[in-house]
Amino acid sequence: MKTTPSKWSQPRNWAPYVFVSPFFILFGAFGLFPLVFSIYLSFHTWDPAAGLAAMEWVGFENYLYALQSDDWLRASLYNTFWLALVSGLPQHLVAMPLAYFLHSAFGRWRNAVVGTYFLPFITSSVAISLVFSTLFSKDFGVVNATLASLKDAPLLGALMPASNIDWAQPQYTKWMISFVVFWRYVGWNVVLYLSAIQTIPKDVLEAAVMDGANSWQKFVHVVLPLLKPMAFFAVTLTIIGNLQLFEEPFILTSGTGGIDQAGKTAAMHMYSVAFTDGDFGTASAIAWLLFMLIAVATWLNNRLLGQRD
Amino acid sequence: MQRSLRTLLAIATLALGTAAHAEKVTITVSSFPDLDRGVKAAIPGFKKLYPDVEVKLSSMAYADHHTAMTTALATGANLPDVMGIDMGFIGKFAESGGLEDLSKAPYNATAQVSKIAKFAIPAATNSKGALAALPVDIGPGALFYRTDLLQKAGVTEAEMTKSWEGFIAAGKKVKASTGAYMLANATDIKDIYIRAGLKDGEGIYFDKAGKSLVASERFERAFDLTRQARQAGIDAKVSAWTNEWSEGFRRDKIAAQMMGAWLSGHLKNWIVPNTSGKWRSSQLPAGAFAAYGGSFYAVPAKAANKQAAWNFVQYLTLNKDQQLEAFRNMDAFPSLVEAQTDAFTDQPIEFLAGQKARQLWKAAADRIPAVAVDRYDAVAAEIVGAELDKVLEQGKDIKQALADAKSGIERRVRRK
Repeated sequence: MKTTPSKWSQPRNWAPYVFVSPFFILFGAFGLFPLVFSIYLSFHTWDPAAGLAAMEWVGFENYLYALQSDDWLRASLYNTFWLALVSGLPQHLVAMPLAYFLHSAFGRWRNAVVGTYFLPFITSSVAISLVFSTLFSKDFGVVNATLASLKDAPLLGALMPASNIDWAQPQYTKWMISFVVFWRYVGWNVVLYLSAIQTIPKDVLEAAVMDGANSWQKFVHVVLPLLKPMAFFAVTLTIIGNLQLFEEPFILTSGTGGIDQAGKTAAMHMYSVAFTDGDFGTASAIAWLLFMLIAVATWLNNRLLGQRD
Repeated sequence: MQRSLRTLLAIATLALGTAAHAEKVTITVSSFPDLDRGVKAAIPGFKKLYPDVEVKLSSMAYADHHTAMTTALATGANLPDVMGIDMGFIGKFAESGGLEDLSKAPYNATAQVSKIAKFAIPAATNSKGALAALPVDIGPGALFYRTDLLQKAGVTEAEMTKSWEGFIAAGKKVKASTGAYMLANATDIKDIYIRAGLKDGEGIYFDKAGKSLVASERFERAFDLTRQARQAGIDAKVSAWTNEWSEGFRRDKIAAQMMGAWLSGHLKNWIVPNTSGKWRSSQLPAGAFAAYGGSFYAVPAKAANKQAAWNFVQYLTLNKDQQLEAFRNMDAFPSLVEAQTDAFTDQPIEFLAGQKARQLWKAAADRIPAVAVDRYDAVAAEIVGAELDKVLEQGKDIKQALADAKSGIERRVRRK
């Protein structure tokens, strides 16, 4: 009698799966599992210090609580959108012309200059935030020291504040955080836009020159419209990144969100619900609410910038 | 054939492993700086008593340590045998049920509790009456001040500490004649006032039934005093442990600080070592007695070597020599009463111009009320702090702020 060998006895049938397995195992353990578990968790109350057995099913209670009675979530969402807009919009308004300027003005030094703009992006955000909180220190910071020295300058002196500005006051907190975020990510967007500008065919620009366009007209009428696909991509990244803003405000306000919670973002609120209140269920629910918000914002952006003409 | 050989080998290895274990036990101790220095100091003495026990110390930064311990308790994986816990986390950890109840057999620590500073015990006791940890050091609150700056302003210690109004008035004088702030942050007054004057068993933010105590005269007065200090312009508006804070001391800009007695060690070792002899300590103003932090050691319920772990916890917390060693080297104020009354307490402290300040701190430790903790204390503290900010920065009415704090706490504390 003739037996047919099983399909799996041939190494060439199973070997590929073994070779690709490391990715799937790692992704499953560190990517997929936490994701699925946090959905499951968002329908429970759970203080993790009490162990897995302490999980208790509560249905949609966490979501209802977050939406109906968590006033700090509302405040932090307002802060998040404020910061996303004030730090995000200028990034693109500056990065587009800057990329065009770097592209046309710098010849062979271009990459070195782009590198300097890119540097903040690859520096640790904790280090950046620490440096900035030192710069903005009320009594010993460079910013206040500079303002104080300008007081004696003619004309400008009258505009300077009489005493040291306390940058931790709520009216400054958001501006300070926005400035740091803007400074950090503008270089990244420059790189994105620059790479898009470099793909614009030379003949299109030359044709514009033949038609008598100056370099401003070239930028507005030729480069900008052709940047739209990249703008869609870059703005999407900014929306996702800014709505999840955490490290910069966390370090700049020493984890508290600042006076009157003026610098507390939704991600920071989620963190404190989990680790200060020990309520991981509600924190997971907030995480998924935030995810839905980001999805909606990205969809809106798609409607705005992503349409093909 | 091959398979059975492998099984045999595995069994043999396991057997050898267990045999080796019977001779030597290794316990892991998880701690954080500076508390871990006490563990390092304890290991030689402990090994003399228990030569068969190896002690392995793993240490992480303060916040990382407590996050890691939370995760370890959640999953039951990577649990140490002995867990160091700071005062800020003990309420939550004690309530979790993931730690051994040391009042039960085989630990029976209840008999030892009378040897320990009484106010530290309720913090480690959860709502079911389980004793989840033993205190290893305590932080009796004290006032530290710069004698030279006060002298220049013509302010005496008695004048400064007789009442909170006196403290604020003294602060105005100091500010006027030296330009230095009396406080790093006016909110320090709130933190002390809400703790002072409590009786044993009372809670700071919640009563026994878990009802919020925030909308009360105690909090109103605390908020009012804090606002007075802020309006008098005598606080530097900086938070403790920031760069601005330590720099404020270095530039003679902050004249006094209320904190745990262990602050003298920090002042001497790294904040302002060059101001030795210019500092002095006194009791807190207005006869207040309050605890500033403290540290605990616990044995997780799923620890691998509970007996050895318990021996080590006892060595750290109940051995007089070890407690004194930590007192001498780390300024960790002993939780063990026997160590508090040692002759070392009567020695003058050079940094404090020869003041025998430890006697003062010992007297404070005796009078600090044994305040009950609640697992939601951290939530309440966060909300009260945020409302106080509104009072100080936006002129919010105090009664309104406390009413909002109360409803905020009730909203966020969803007891099951």
